[in-house]
Amino acid sequence: MTRRTETRTIKTDLLARVEGEGAMYLRIRDGRVDDVRLRIYEPPRFFEAFLRGRGYREPPDITARICGICPVAYQMSACAAIEDACGVEVGEAIRALRRLIYCGEWIESLTLHVFMLHAPDLLGYDSAIAMARDHRGVVERGLEIKKAGNALVRVVGGREIHPVNVRLGGFYRAPRRRELQALVEPLERARELALDAVRWTGGLEVPDFEPEHELVALSDPRGYPLEGGRLVSTRGLDIGPGEYEQHFVEEQVPHSTALHSRLRERGTYLCGPLARYALNADKLSPLAREAAADAGLGPVCRNPFRSIVVRSVEILFALDEALRIIAAYEEPDRPAVDVAPRAGTGCGWTEAPRGMLWHRYRLAADGTIEEAKIVPPTSQNQGSIEADLRNFLAGHLELEDDRLRHLCEQAIRNHDPCISCATHFLDLDVDRA
Amino acid sequence: MTGGLLVVGLGNAWRGDDGAGPAVALALGDDPRVLVHEGEPIGLLEAWAGAQEVILVDAVSSGAPAGTVHRLDPLGAPLPGGLASASTHAFGLADTIELARTLERLPPRLTIYGIEGERFSAGEELSPAVRAAVEAVHLELRERLGT
Repeated sequence: MTRRTETRTIKTDLLARVEGEGAMYLRIRDGRVDDVRLRIYEPPRFFEAFLRGRGYREPPDITARICGICPVAYQMSACAAIEDACGVEVGEAIRALRRLIYCGEWIESLTLHVFMLHAPDLLGYDSAIAMARDHRGVVERGLEIKKAGNALVRVVGGREIHPVNVRLGGFYRAPRRRELQALVEPLERARELALDAVRWTGGLEVPDFEPEHELVALSDPRGYPLEGGRLVSTRGLDIGPGEYEQHFVEEQVPHSTALHSRLRERGTYLCGPLARYALNADKLSPLAREAAADAGLGPVCRNPFRSIVVRSVEILFALDEALRIIAAYEEPDRPAVDVAPRAGTGCGWTEAPRGMLWHRYRLAADGTIEEAKIVPPTSQNQGSIEADLRNFLAGHLELEDDRLRHLCEQAIRNHDPCISCATHFLDLDVDRA
Repeated sequence: MTGGLLVVGLGNAWRGDDGAGPAVALALGDDPRVLVHEGEPIGLLEAWAGAQEVILVDAVSSGAPAGTVHRLDPLGAPLPGGLASASTHAFGLADTIELARTLERLPPRLTIYGIEGERFSAGEELSPAVRAAVEAVHLELRERLGT
């Protein structure tokens, strides 16, 4: 038997199929995992500083620019936080429209991950392009579902990416009933395809791996969480958005330009699809709940390699929910409520496709922003992603370096990290070039 | 989109020279044949469906001097890696073109105007060299569009 006494270093300088730019560094010494780092070297984000001195109506448009994949999430969290600061509630009709456009973004973003980024890993391909040569139907199905999500965001938001129709208090213009009716047929078709996707992903072979992260997600008695609620966890957390900073802290780590977010009492935690599902499966639509059960998901799924099944269930849910909202839709009298400025601080959160996205704004009496803080899901998950890497690696040290590298990259991609969103500290100016 | 020519400016206008594509599209004015496409490029497969000829304008980072305009015809061969790397996105332009090739969804004619950028940080404006290139490309495309 060979005793491994040497140092093995496994690294990937530019991670493929993640949003933004990151690197992975793993060091194994004397047969033990010695160092694990997910390094993020995307240039830092200036948005929090950028917002200071701006008007209180601007953050929905400005923060939407942080991410080309989840602009609606930024708009929705910004609106929630500023409306909280101004003491405004938007009411049911606008809440439903917000859920509707959010469903569109979930469909787009989750579908991109399931079909283009995650499926190639589980089917053993280096890329979606290579996968498409042998599994054309899989890719075509993904594109068709995504198209329905694009159409939904376009009709409610005015544009597919960086929607221009969202404003503080609601929307500039409410969609007409007939505009939404035209979406019913493509959404129904996409729902059939999503149902197939749940069955198909449920049958994919994945490694056995069950990390015990504390799972953290919004929860709302009115339905599966999207546009708000309380933050709950598998270890008893139950707080409102204004209490976030009493329970969570963000820390800088030397190897990354993203802040690591931690629970003050218990350290790392995981947000995103696995957490949402574990804490809210009972609030899925009956169709999505049944499909999840048929795919063998159980009430809690902790294996991040199986998050592809959970994402597929959430796509199915989002399509079902969009159809439900459209069926019940009545054009509101006014597309937005008035939001008058006042001095104070407000906090808001919503469930971005990758997990909880928290915003806090401090406003002057005339609505000028004095301070802004944004905590995106990837900075919350970075500690847990590193823990996954460490634990997964420790269980598979017998594998050759290439295979190990491939599996560890997958352990990162499982979480769909959005590195563009996560990087945002202010005292460093790095150029990509 | 059905029929003739489609011009698409790709990139993020809030990210320095990555805004070159949107800046060209904006300069071309309100024309139904001109689009801005931000975010992930895979939506191009849908945007260009039915177009006979597509011109994409995007920022690139290949090491050439800033403001260099690369004219590329990806129908013949895949984009060279260096020219495809200005996107930070999970599924970049080169990936999208290769996926479209595999799925037989490339338009009959496709040209990429790649404008070499030098700074891509959030909140920055276009660099002077890129601004000059945007102007040149805009004039050339205006002629193509007949406007």
